[in-house]
Amino acid sequence: MGELRLMKGNEAMAEAAIRAGMDAYFGYPITPQSEVLEYLTREAYNRTQCAILQAESEVASINMVYGAAGAGARVMTSSSSPGISLMQEGISYIAGAELPCLLVNINRGGPGLGTIQPSQGDYFQSVKGGGHGDYRLIVLAPATVQEMADFVQDGWDLADKYRNPVLILADGALGQMMEKVELREQLDRSKRPIPAWATTGKTRNREHNVITSLFIQPEEMEQVNLRLQEKYKLIEQNEIRVQEINTDDADFIIVAYGLSARIGRKVMELLRGEGHKVGLIRPITLWPYPSETIAKAAEHVKGFLSLEMNAGQMVEDVRLAVNGRCPVGHYGRMGGIIPSPEEVVDVIKDMYSKINH
Amino acid sequence: MEKSIQEIEHHYDEMNIVCERPATLLDARMHYCPGCGHGVAHRIIMEVVDELGIQEQTVGVAPVGCSVFAYHYMNIDMQEAAHGRATAVATGIKRCYPDKYVFTYQGDGDLAAIGTAETIHSVNRGENMLIVFINNAIYGMTGGQMAPTTLINQKTSTTPYGRQQEVMGNPLKITEMLAMLPGAFYVTRQAVNTPVNVRRAKKAILNGFNWQKLNKGTCFVEIVSNCPTNWGMKPVESNKWLEENLLPFFPLGDIKVPSKEDIEHA
Amino acid sequence: MAKIRGDVKIDIEQCKGCELCVVACPQEALALSKEINKQGYHYAVLIEDVCTGCTNCSLVCPDAVITVYREDKKTGQKIPVAELRNVTGDIKITVGADEDAEG
Repeated sequence: MGELRLMKGNEAMAEAAIRAGMDAYFGYPITPQSEVLEYLTREAYNRTQCAILQAESEVASINMVYGAAGAGARVMTSSSSPGISLMQEGISYIAGAELPCLLVNINRGGPGLGTIQPSQGDYFQSVKGGGHGDYRLIVLAPATVQEMADFVQDGWDLADKYRNPVLILADGALGQMMEKVELREQLDRSKRPIPAWATTGKTRNREHNVITSLFIQPEEMEQVNLRLQEKYKLIEQNEIRVQEINTDDADFIIVAYGLSARIGRKVMELLRGEGHKVGLIRPITLWPYPSETIAKAAEHVKGFLSLEMNAGQMVEDVRLAVNGRCPVGHYGRMGGIIPSPEEVVDVIKDMYSKINH
Repeated sequence: MEKSIQEIEHHYDEMNIVCERPATLLDARMHYCPGCGHGVAHRIIMEVVDELGIQEQTVGVAPVGCSVFAYHYMNIDMQEAAHGRATAVATGIKRCYPDKYVFTYQGDGDLAAIGTAETIHSVNRGENMLIVFINNAIYGMTGGQMAPTTLINQKTSTTPYGRQQEVMGNPLKITEMLAMLPGAFYVTRQAVNTPVNVRRAKKAILNGFNWQKLNKGTCFVEIVSNCPTNWGMKPVESNKWLEENLLPFFPLGDIKVPSKEDIEHA
Repeated sequence: MAKIRGDVKIDIEQCKGCELCVVACPQEALALSKEINKQGYHYAVLIEDVCTGCTNCSLVCPDAVITVYREDKKTGQKIPVAELRNVTGDIKITVGADEDAEG
């Protein structure tokens, strides 16, 4: 068993990054994720001599990530909603140039400057694009501090495997809450091979390496896009992660990710206590999305509720997967308010009565 | 007077080459307009890389602008950066590989307008890199719009009656600004309009590469250049205009030079 | 002291005829050709055998198409007028911007 510690989500993530052999972190303070940069500036260099830099902005941070990733480094940045918005151009460049890196969004309420309280309002931005052009991020949605830590190394491994940016989408509550976490072993930075395409200086035995997302000839640009789409298909085939609880006998299913899934689980337990056969589907990868799992469940349940801390974003993907086979509702709170299990129970009972009527 | 190729080649064999295309400049036809200073700037950078023998340790960054395709010509590892972000990208590379020679190659719009923050903060941190700043007082790639360094009364496609100070502000002497920062190790302004200026510019680039290994801060070389196409002039005329108009406002020469003690180990 | 003898070799197919070398040459030995290359430019050519190998033309050339040579004093070889490199079969090699300069 690995080392056990009681940690904040943000700190667990930072600790996991050091242990996963991070070469560089570039970031800019923003609530509620500043602990990541604070923890790393305190701990990381002393332990693994990696590069930690507080940049002048999120725009600079993401472009530093681009440079380091292009040079083959295991690199990450983290921010919260407004900062992630600022990074979108750079993220699009990173996806276009196919650079592996880890991005973290500790989602807070918006739009605009919004609030520093937790939210899931960045679902669309994370899974439908965010920046310009046809690209996808692999999006991991932790629901516990343990997953916040585990998804760091998993995320980098996925990024390296597909040469694609990976986003961990959590929220302010997960970033700030303290839980027990089991930490993985320290990986040796020097043992990770530097990819052959990285710009580490042209040696005599190879052509010069170029990192670019510029393909000005339409034919070439289309080919690049087709190649990207092939890669995305492969990711959809191989990398979907989803947790199902009590779905086998369920006649109603809550779909929720991250913090909402924790509430959803409590709601399920309360309703099961009253004799309702409620199940829970928790997408762990928000892209690729577990549409198949939802579609299969749609064949034997009477309804779904997409429980989110937003005005209704993931519900669109649930509806696409359900494809009209049964009613799909949405319940969400906004502005940093976390829904209580009791209010969700009422919503589902209401749906039950309408369905059974 | 026609000669066979063999005769000609034989003749060259008996002479010493004193100046030729550097080996690290790829044998591709550059897309730059006839007479454009970018070509000279590319060449002298590659000559320095050749002469220092650092091709294997050099990584270049060229962001959006006319020079976005620099990697088609420079036979070194390169990254293409988003508009304005070259020094941030270069920071990312250099922080991971402090022993590499890292340089950026940026235009006036990139470095002194959209990328001002990245430029200032990279120099202020004293990132150990070389920044080559091509200033031709106009946006070339997008078709001749006003640049931050466009002169008062200079006509561009977005200042059709000439740049008016009251509306568009003043031309930005960012090089002088950067020289004030403690992180700047070497700051100079050069040009590539005459043979003697090309030699001086090359020397400045050489210093910029050479002094990176001292780890004492940023080397910044501005190159005042021409844009015959967007200035609406023939190349020869454009160099004359550069000399008569740009150079009085952007005077050539070193702005900040390291002390002898600073560079004695270079 | 005997005058230093030099020569240039111009890659006419890559030349864009910007004329910067012509004005940079202190010997006035360069001019633009009457013919055009495959890109459609009047390319630079050496019109007079007075090159000293000073390299000015090469220094200002944005397309790095000029190779400059200087005479090897040991051989004392008389220098013919410079020609071009990368010549492909069907290009006629003509020296000089006008009739007079030829031959």
